[in-house]
Amino acid sequence: MMTAQPSVRPPRTPSGRTRRNAEKWSWVFMRITGPVLLILIVTHLFINLMTGDGISQIDFAFVAGKWASPLWQVWDLLMLVLALLHGGNGMRLLINDYAHHPWLRKVLHSALGIAVIGIIVLGALVIFSFDPCPVDADPSLLPSFCEDVR
Amino acid sequence: MTATAESPAVGEVKAMQVTLRILRTNPEGTDDHAPGESYWQEFQVEAHATDRVLDALHKIKWEQDGSLAFRRSCAHGVCGSDAMRINARNRLACKTLLKDLNPAKPIIVEPIKGLPVEKDLIVDMEPFFASYREIMPFLVTTGNAPTRERLQSPEDRQRFDDTTKCILCAACTTSCPVFWTDGQYFGPQAIVGAHRFIFDSRDEGQWDRLEILNDKAGVWKCRTAFNCTEACPRGIEVTKAISEVKKVLTTGEI
Ligand code: HEM
Ligand code: SF4
Ligand code: FES
Repeated sequence: MMTAQPSVRPPRTPSGRTRRNAEKWSWVFMRITGPVLLILIVTHLFINLMTGDGISQIDFAFVAGKWASPLWQVWDLLMLVLALLHGGNGMRLLINDYAHHPWLRKVLHSALGIAVIGIIVLGALVIFSFDPCPVDADPSLLPSFCEDVR
Repeated sequence: MTATAESPAVGEVKAMQVTLRILRTNPEGTDDHAPGESYWQEFQVEAHATDRVLDALHKIKWEQDGSLAFRRSCAHGVCGSDAMRINARNRLACKTLLKDLNPAKPIIVEPIKGLPVEKDLIVDMEPFFASYREIMPFLVTTGNAPTRERLQSPEDRQRFDDTTKCILCAACTTSCPVFWTDGQYFGPQAIVGAHRFIFDSRDEGQWDRLEILNDKAGVWKCRTAFNCTEACPRGIEVTKAISEVKKVLTTGEI
């Protein structure tokens, strides 16, 4: 005996199913990068603000001194990339929640993608092409090792 | 000598005046309000501290304004018909005592959020039930049916005991901020309904259900806000059930 099917509304967009497990990996990614960011950011703040002369030590020379070491170059690059991928993916989730028109979603997702990639590229450029001893700068503002370079 | 029916009652509960502020909507409109417009209306009723919000709503409907619309059936927390937003929290009107709400202030009663309002406190539950149907809330097995019950050890039963208590009241789903903003999310209740079968040792449809919940609109929409756990009138640990489903999906083990 066949009974009539209950009429179900058009099913919700099964967009996750076209790329299987995409949302699962997004979720796992947030759980992994969250704690890693926590360690990176807390250490970053501690070194910059609590050690040495604390907040008053931060100037051009301090930043230049840090970026002279490959450790802090990699550290800051990691912070930059993870914060943007984590924050960017988080914003993607929020766009999915709040932007209901497909075209609005597309526009916002594109803008977000461009911003994330743009900021990562610019930030990485600054970290790795940074010149700690610009030629015509006031020597009193430069890190101490610049005297040897000159 | 017969009973003491006329003697002063021992520990009599005093009657008091309570005010209910109800968010009303009439699809046909009233003299003062356009069709579909939502507006607040206050009612004063005499009630006892031990009365429930449902009793106060009944008094309004039966004695003051018969047009007030709300759902209820069992009046004892079993059927799940009368979930509503009372003082900004989702609860069953039939399980909420006035004395637990500070009756000195107006008690604010709204329809549950996130589902289309049909009239006053009645919402269209169809999108909610559609999500429930999608996770296949029935036993799925293969092979011949046994000639007797499908037995199960108490330990196996314990794994999904909590989620069998669901009465489909929608208090959890309509307390979820993700459900409010995004009409697509299955919502906590559908995951509770799936949990009840996924962790049932007799069921063989687990991976079909898990596949459905692995969707973009499935468990990964959950941000662990815990609103659902706080709202559930059956005391189901909804967020925990959702986490258990996520864990199965990430580890691949039930
Ligand atoms: C300090 C360490 C951090 C930790 C431990 C952390 C942890 C998390 C976790 C676990 C989630 C997922 C929430 C969920 O889906 O249930 C999340 C979401 C998010 N995070 Fe982070 N995060 C951190 C830093 C950051 C930073 C630096 C940014 C911005 C650049 C950021 C932006 C976001 C955004 C926008 C979301 C999405 C919010 C949502 O889904 O509602 N987080 N975070
Ligand atoms: S899980 Fe609790 S709140 Fe949600 S529908 Fe079931 S009984 Fe209601
Ligand atoms: S009327 Fe049945 S649960 Fe409240």
